[in-house]
Amino acid sequence: MTVTVLLFASYAEALGATSLDVEVRVGATVGDVLGHLRALPGADRLPPSPLVAVNERYAKADRVLAAGDEVAVIPPVAGG
Amino acid sequence: MRTAIIDAPIDAAALLTEVSSPATGATVLFVGTVRDFNEGRPVSGIEYSTYRSMAERELEAIAGEASVKFETRAIVVEHRVGTLALGDASVAIAVAHARRAQAYDASRFIIEELKQRLPVWKLEHYTDGSREWVASGIGIRESGIGARERAAGDRG
Repeated sequence: MTVTVLLFASYAEALGATSLDVEVRVGATVGDVLGHLRALPGADRLPPSPLVAVNERYAKADRVLAAGDEVAVIPPVAGG
Repeated sequence: MRTAIIDAPIDAAALLTEVSSPATGATVLFVGTVRDFNEGRPVSGIEYSTYRSMAERELEAIAGEASVKFETRAIVVEHRVGTLALGDASVAIAVAHARRAQAYDASRFIIEELKQRLPVWKLEHYTDGSREWVASGIGIRESGIGARERAAGDRG
């Protein structure tokens, strides 16, 4: 199945993309998607356990994904 | 109650008018602006970027929590994104309440939560031409790199 990964700010710069379609097995977790990202050039600039939101809500690494989910990798925030 | 992520300049006076009513004896307006120095470095401007749909949802959630916690619906919050110059307002929070203590507390609650949770990022530009991503909220500890993130390869 396919999930959409969104990247922002410093993470988008690190991986050179703001959006990626990632193919994962059925039952894959947020952690699996992060593992996939680690294989990409520039991923060494991501922290070991970045924050993630699934479908616009903060989620943990063991969160199981469904096809079409939007997985956003969230750099340290700086609102205000 | 109203919250928004906006691209245009913030009209803070309009927010005051929006929350004011004869039922509220106290109105607090907080305005956050772009400062010319950060951690000893002269700043020339800030680019704010966001995960807009999530930021809209999160800002609405924060205002909703404040509304319940401090018992007022008279809350308006706007956060601006895009390229801001020195002195520009990046965020404005207007809260009206029958009592001043709750108005102040609600305003403080909203700005502190927003700094922790809102998916907004700041790319600071410095007068020497360099730039750096800065962070204040969640994710700093997880990233293991302290309060600053290097915009690698882009130092002046």
